[in-house]
Amino acid sequence: MHMASIEMKNIVKKYGDGFPAVNDVSIDVADGEFMILVGPSGCGKSTLLRMIVGLEDITSGDLVIGGKRVNDLAPRDRNLSMVFQNYALYPHLTVYENIAFPLRLAKRPEKEVDEKVREASKTLDLDEHLQRKPANLSGGQRQRVAMGRAIVRDAQAFLFDEPLSNLDAKLRGQMRTEIARLQKKLGITTVYVTHDQTEAMTLGDRVAVMKRGVLQQLASPRELYEQPVNLFVAGFIGSPPMNFLPATVEGGQVTLPFGTFPLPAAKAEKAAGKGLLMAGIRPEHFEDATVLDSAAIDQARTFTARIDVREWLGDQQYAYIPYDAEAQVQDQLKELAREADSDSLRTQLVVSLDAQSKGQEGDEATLFIDTDKMHLFDPSTGENLTLNA
Amino acid sequence: MTQSVWSKIGTVVGAALILIWCLLPVAWIISLSFKSQEAVINGSPGFLPKSGGGAGFSNYKDVLTDGDFLLAIRNSIVVSLGATLLSVVIATLAAYAIARLEFRGKRFVLTTALVIAMFPVVSLVGPLFDMWRTVGLYDTWWGLMIPYISFTLPLAIWTLSAFFREIPWEMEQAAQVDGATSWQAFRKVIVPLAAPGVFTAAILTFFFAWNDFVFGISLTSTENARPIPAALSFFVGQDPFNRPASLLSAAAVVATVPVVVLVLFFQRKIVAGLTAGAVKG
Repeated sequence: MHMASIEMKNIVKKYGDGFPAVNDVSIDVADGEFMILVGPSGCGKSTLLRMIVGLEDITSGDLVIGGKRVNDLAPRDRNLSMVFQNYALYPHLTVYENIAFPLRLAKRPEKEVDEKVREASKTLDLDEHLQRKPANLSGGQRQRVAMGRAIVRDAQAFLFDEPLSNLDAKLRGQMRTEIARLQKKLGITTVYVTHDQTEAMTLGDRVAVMKRGVLQQLASPRELYEQPVNLFVAGFIGSPPMNFLPATVEGGQVTLPFGTFPLPAAKAEKAAGKGLLMAGIRPEHFEDATVLDSAAIDQARTFTARIDVREWLGDQQYAYIPYDAEAQVQDQLKELAREADSDSLRTQLVVSLDAQSKGQEGDEATLFIDTDKMHLFDPSTGENLTLNA
Repeated sequence: MTQSVWSKIGTVVGAALILIWCLLPVAWIISLSFKSQEAVINGSPGFLPKSGGGAGFSNYKDVLTDGDFLLAIRNSIVVSLGATLLSVVIATLAAYAIARLEFRGKRFVLTTALVIAMFPVVSLVGPLFDMWRTVGLYDTWWGLMIPYISFTLPLAIWTLSAFFREIPWEMEQAAQVDGATSWQAFRKVIVPLAAPGVFTAAILTFFFAWNDFVFGISLTSTENARPIPAALSFFVGQDPFNRPASLLSAAAVVATVPVVVLVLFFQRKIVAGLTAGAVKG
């Protein structure tokens, strides 16, 4: 089994109208690495994947697989295997023949075909379905057949195009674990396209976040979550998403719609004198002050707010706190939400509180805000001013 | 409750009426084919032959020992099958291109094809007769197959391109990623999936060729190429004023049997929804 790295160098894809669906993207996927391409619909992630596999022409840039430039090779000559979003199983063939299809094309001897198909079917728990037709299988089984067809061949890399988006939530969770396990076991270079940030965070060694054809950030899931380079990445990664609030920084203090709080010196220094900024703070960086040890918390970092709605989930709860913002800020928040494929109906703060936190909806609550974890963004460029500060 | 009973009865009665309407002539031909010539001429023939009027299988024996008619059967089979095969192969390739490729004049090709299909057959017989005699295709198998192919191609192309459009393109792309050339992807994935369409087109073409009379009578002159429908019109018998109705009926039955067999055979192949399960259901 030979594996390979995939190097994308300044890849551009332009369609007939001159619009760049993928614009100057450079990503190196190391040998054996699990790389995720994530972004909202229309961000160019699937186009990029299809360029890797050879189903789309590359307008400019170099695609190097295993040290060899493959721009001009037909899909069949790239020795990659792909799982399609709708599985693309061959309905006229049995599960066995579906999995055997790539081997039959390669004219492998019957004995080898049988061995490899049985091995793949064993790995994917498909033994009892080998003689059935795809039409008679459930969604999860079809998904596994598609994976079987991908692993049966000693391909240089696996490519997945939103493979789980047609499954229901429970099955999706199971298959996600299954894919992670399979990839670890086989150790094959993998590129996986998804719009689901949970899949992106849990599966990938590294994640490439894309927006409108442009690579935004390429980093480990943890780094994406903790150190997003811009407003888009910050808002796209994390569920519920990061809260964005209008903020001004002055004299080591940050002023938010809920009050003025002390800011760590390193952050304050980087953001000072920049006028109106966008503060980003994740829901879990708030806490109900009453469940915390009152001696341990900095009273200057607490504020009171009226909680509109509480969602108690057992292990934690989400609370929603509406606030008023200027029209300009509201517009920007709406734009951000739109880019990330979600809707924001109102300006509100989402906070994640301890499950012990009690109180009626509509009551005032005292909340602690962890400004150490806060990020400050330049609202015009979206750039994170407090990266690694 | 009563309503469903009544609607069931209605369905049965309706179906029976349609069946009788369609099958009565067929039944009548079969009945005639078992009567003797005298019984037919004597007038007031009932559905079942009167005593002494039955001919058993003698009419069939006569038909099947008639050398000219056997040649006509041969001609019909060769010409119809040949036209079907060629028409379906050409239509499959053309329809695939039309369904998959964007090219200039695609609409033009499709519309022209339809226009050809709308042409009255009779209006072309004269010119074809002249042309075929000049180029030496008159009274040959090819002389019949070419018009059959050109008249059935449009319908076949339309049927098949509709089928091809239904097949997800991913299927083919998956095959290419799996290591297939474009031709292999077409042959191993697309054609099997379009099989119901191919068989539909084949049946339609075969019927057209098998049942055609106008070309068959005008473009042939001898047993070299004359197909069954034309040959039937030459069954005159000794008395030109009394055509051998029972013999003709037997010949008609013989001509109908292959069609019925063919339909029953292909019907199993025309399984709708073959693509079910290819993509998310």
